Amino acid sequence: MAEIAIRVENLSKLYYLNYGLARNMLREVIVDVLKKPLKKVFQADKNDFRNKKELWALKDISFKINKGEVVGVIGRNGAGKSTLLKILARITPPTKGYARLYGRLSSILEIGTGFHGELTGRENVFFNGALLGMKRRELIKKLDEIVAFAELEKFIDTPLKHYSSGMAVRLAFSVAAHLEPEILLVDEVLSVGDSVFQQKCLGKMGDFAKGGRTVLFVTHQLNQVRRLCEKCIWLANGMIQRVGSVSEVVSAYEASFSSFFTEEDPTGRALAGASSAAVFFKWEAIGSGVENYNTLTEISPLTLRFWLKVDQPLKHCSTSVLLFTSDNQLVWGNAISKVSFEPGVYTLEYSLSSLPLRPSTYYLQVVLFDENGSVVDNWQCYPHLVVATKPMGHFRDEYAGILNIPCSFLIKTK
Amino acid sequence: MKKDKDTFQQTLVIKPCRRWIGLDFSEIWGYRELLLFLVLRDIKVRYKQTILGVTWAIIQPVMMMVVFSLFFGRFIKVYSSGVPYPLFTYAALLPWVTFTESISRSVNSLVQDANLVKKIYFPRLIMPLAGVLSPWVDFAFSFVVFLGLMLYFGIVPTIKIIFLPVFILLEVGLAFGVSLWLSALNVLYRDVRYAVPFILQFWFFSSPVVYASESLPSSWRLFYNLNPMVVVIDGFRWVLLAGNSPFPQGLFIALASILLILLAGLFYFRRMERLFADIV
Repeated sequence: MAEIAIRVENLSKLYYLNYGLARNMLREVIVDVLKKPLKKVFQADKNDFRNKKELWALKDISFKINKGEVVGVIGRNGAGKSTLLKILARITPPTKGYARLYGRLSSILEIGTGFHGELTGRENVFFNGALLGMKRRELIKKLDEIVAFAELEKFIDTPLKHYSSGMAVRLAFSVAAHLEPEILLVDEVLSVGDSVFQQKCLGKMGDFAKGGRTVLFVTHQLNQVRRLCEKCIWLANGMIQRVGSVSEVVSAYEASFSSFFTEEDPTGRALAGASSAAVFFKWEAIGSGVENYNTLTEISPLTLRFWLKVDQPLKHCSTSVLLFTSDNQLVWGNAISKVSFEPGVYTLEYSLSSLPLRPSTYYLQVVLFDENGSVVDNWQCYPHLVVATKPMGHFRDEYAGILNIPCSFLIKTK
Repeated sequence: MKKDKDTFQQTLVIKPCRRWIGLDFSEIWGYRELLLFLVLRDIKVRYKQTILGVTWAIIQPVMMMVVFSLFFGRFIKVYSSGVPYPLFTYAALLPWVTFTESISRSVNSLVQDANLVKKIYFPRLIMPLAGVLSPWVDFAFSFVVFLGLMLYFGIVPTIKIIFLPVFILLEVGLAFGVSLWLSALNVLYRDVRYAVPFILQFWFFSSPVVYASESLPSSWRLFYNLNPMVVVIDGFRWVLLAGNSPFPQGLFIALASILLILLAGLFYFRRMERLFADIV
């Protein structure tokens, strides 16, 4: 059985919403005592706290992470991701529950913590490294490597305030990337900095994971999670929504996200159909690599099936289907002309040999035109199409494009 | 192979904080390098981009010595235990200026570096401790000036100088105790930083910097010695100059009150520590 690296049991964190005003607490206490001197004495003042607005930033979180696993933590803003990391990093204590971490721990909740503009790059490396828990000896040994990785050999004795912000970020990344703990907690830090360097760091983190270290990694960039992690924790409102394999959890998360920005209600649409001659009311994807009728987990043949309810006879219609990325880029389309319908319920099926798209959320649009070419029904399909296949992109994610197809590479000398 | 003793090695258990937490000295020892870096950073940053640089470390005590010697020494003719007044007051300014600097640097330490407190774990004690220790580098410079003054006045230090570390230690203990209280309070109530200059001013007049503690009526001396800085300053004078020895009972009173302040400060700080990241 695999060894456990992190065990979290019923971890909860309670915040009082107006606790931020703690600075005024002394004054409040004095004023209260002056106002009602006796009441205060007889009443246990703990009740006062109970009246304050409570917020459970985390509620009864339990999970286990094995040694050598790379686990992504995803969720919307305010879901409790950072609170979880802060508790595990011992910055703030939990209200209830406990966590056990087996092994040397480092956490990077911010890049370049403690950087000071007046100090030189070298001095900052030492200070930042010490903050992250590196020993002086270790730092002296690794200094050249850190500086080379940041590509700042020329500027290492220049005060940090003369660095461009990109240079400072690179230096900070580089220090963090050279940590060698057994357990690493990372919060969103890889989303800053220029993308080339970011990829370099992701590569470094990948190596780190291959070295058998345990990583807990908070991010909003789902592609990073897909690439680096095997396991994923989805937090929502301070609770665990789902834990499991990356493809499963990330696609479920994406599906929830797509239902979040849709304006169409499927049941409402079927009912409203009466006003029009025909109406699309349902769609589904069918195939061996499809889950939940809208999530592609494998690149394999699939069928897109659209349900059409026809109320009046329609002759010589045409129909089309369009597939868009979430930022409205047309990916694929097809159109059929000269079809006729009698009243009834029909299914329209488009069978594809494969749909090798880069993992993300897409949406489908189906349109029915009458013989004059005017629109009978136009439906932006709900739910959205989620592609959750294994990414086959390369280390430069932003140039991976929209297609997700296997590719081999060979260099030959002629 | 010798196993590398490492602070981060053990299994970590994270639980809700109990109220009474013992102090983990080995953990603080494990972070000694961070303490060193904090002190070094403070010193380096302090004198960066100044023309006079480290000279600032000695300007304050020297200027005060000049002003006090002129007014209290020459015009008012304050009793100075038979020692030239400039030496007499400078021997007191050495610990006093260091003390005020210790307090004012450490009180703000947690608030000033709030982002460290919010983003990285380390024993928080290290921050006020670094604030307490960094003025001792300035002390070293002003001490060299003091040796020059002794040379000028033709006074040779005696063997008693070996006791100097005792009084330095007493002062560090006191400053650390006070700063634990004030820095933790300052996180909760920012009023503290406005109160500190007042507190230090009162403290200045109730410590024998410009006058000799023997000038006080003897009936007051026991009470007077409740201020541990009295013993520290008298100690400095006794060790460095041919002054009178400090009030003997005073030493015990001072030791007791320093221990009390320090232990209570440690306890209070540890209790408040868990809230720092959430409210700083």
